[in-house]
Amino acid sequence: MTEPLREKPLTRNIRPGAEPLDLRAYEASGGYQGLRRALKMTPEEIQQEVMKSNLRGRGGAGFPTGKKWTFVPMGEGARRPKYLVVNADEMEPGTMKDRFLMEGDPHQVVEGAIIAAYAVQADVAYIFLRWAYKLSTRRLARAIAEAREAGYLGKNVLGSGWALEMHLHTSAGRYMCGDETGLLDALQGRRATPRSKPPYPQVVGLWGKPTVVNNVETVACVPHIAARGAEWFRSLSHTGDGGTKIFGASGRLRRPGLWELPMGTTLREIIEEHAGGMADGLRLRGLLPGGASTEFLTAEHLDTRMDFSEVQKVGSRMGTGTVVVLDDRNCPVGMLLTLERFFARESCGWCTPCREGLPWVVRTLEALESGCGEPRDLEVLDMHARLLGPGATFCALAPGAAEPLVGALRHFRADFERHVAEKRCPWRQPCP
Amino acid sequence: MLSEIEIRDIAAHRGHYADVRAVVPEALKIVQGHRGWISDEAVADIAAYLDLTPDEVDAVATFYNLLFRRPVGRHVILLCDSVSCHLTGYDALREHLASRLGIGLGETTSDGRFTLLPVACLGLCEQAPAMMVDEDVHGNLTPQKMDEALACYD
Repeated sequence: MTEPLREKPLTRNIRPGAEPLDLRAYEASGGYQGLRRALKMTPEEIQQEVMKSNLRGRGGAGFPTGKKWTFVPMGEGARRPKYLVVNADEMEPGTMKDRFLMEGDPHQVVEGAIIAAYAVQADVAYIFLRWAYKLSTRRLARAIAEAREAGYLGKNVLGSGWALEMHLHTSAGRYMCGDETGLLDALQGRRATPRSKPPYPQVVGLWGKPTVVNNVETVACVPHIAARGAEWFRSLSHTGDGGTKIFGASGRLRRPGLWELPMGTTLREIIEEHAGGMADGLRLRGLLPGGASTEFLTAEHLDTRMDFSEVQKVGSRMGTGTVVVLDDRNCPVGMLLTLERFFARESCGWCTPCREGLPWVVRTLEALESGCGEPRDLEVLDMHARLLGPGATFCALAPGAAEPLVGALRHFRADFERHVAEKRCPWRQPCP
Repeated sequence: MLSEIEIRDIAAHRGHYADVRAVVPEALKIVQGHRGWISDEAVADIAAYLDLTPDEVDAVATFYNLLFRRPVGRHVILLCDSVSCHLTGYDALREHLASRLGIGLGETTSDGRFTLLPVACLGLCEQAPAMMVDEDVHGNLTPQKMDEALACYD
């Protein structure tokens, strides 16, 4: 494995606590050079460059971004208008990386969205932003207005003859809006329920028109690939997945936070070096590598490299790359209950395993936590872990909910059994 | 009837979308911003203005977590109950609020000052535990810091 370049393109302008760069300062830092370079290439050339860069979707699924773009119908025969949507509905528990990028360098997100839109020849771009991100709302709105004023958006982008309009859409709060097709329904002003695929949004998306949905961190990478090329982007990484990654860590750590590091950085380096290890007197029991919908890993997996392929090899997923760490003074069953309550509450109710299964899982875990658990309850949980899995529902919410359930049953089974045997949660004081 | 200001604000967003229905979430947020919550009357007003049925508007109003179909207090506390906050002290904060304000989740203080609601991950995980009050975020909370933060809202 070759040593990666130690550059930090995504966070080079970010000074936490300070105002982000305005348009002029962003341009002075090299901003919008990626767009200028992209406009000299054909859309297909940009698609190929991003494909060669091995940029994989940073929303959690890791689908190759350039490949996603190639599914969009191109040329005169394509149905119009075409849309580019930036998924900024970050709501995956334990995940705060997109907020960091939008607050810290909003023009980078806007520039990336413009290039992504150019690559698929979109006519309109939306940034679909979650309601709770007030600071991001203000900063993105300002960046879009400045970009429009400077001719980076509008009827004739930088004199290229290509037109792009961009709108900021703030949602009203629901995890389902982060699902690609749920997001499209939400953007059309409907309840956010998932759509059947195929057809995929790249062909039949927003209002039935070709649509690409890309995550915030994904589009933030694009200006750098356009400006400096695929080969440079690949050399930022320890592994085959290109680029740097915004990693994060939360839980009872010495220094929870966010860091831009080479893709493929080990879990150990993230937790021990950057987050400073566990808080005083605590021991690491387990971790979720990338948000609530990823399987638990344990201390034995700390040398795993964080990229989309490597984490899969040890039975989990990198997901959003923001690690949540479980310490030995928190109950694993209680942590799982918190996760499953979230999924149960956020389920849109469209598919039966999710609508009916998740409340059942929650009630079973509540029984275990309150000392009313029975040996049979573990079989019930095992059953739901299967029924919620991939293929039984329209979207990824239920399979996502199944991942920590499967992982907890695998790694913390003895703790579940103790809850049943002792008729209480061992982490709490016994009832008087 | 929508007020002139409400109509002006909604009209400013209407052109962003290919279909009038897409402006419904924004219209609901605008009306909630002026009236505090979404009453049956507000649903009917928006529907009449956008030429939709009240049910079409209510289907949206009842789906999203931050559209309030019941009255709320002058300030809304959104207490994050997701995983990172759970691990770092959510239970103690919720119990503290319950004893301090005398309200549980979904309830409003008798003086109408605060409504307490649960909210999914606020994306402040590195500052967990965290909450939002109206439009402000507060992180690294302890019961004491929570009291100090809430003192600023009357």
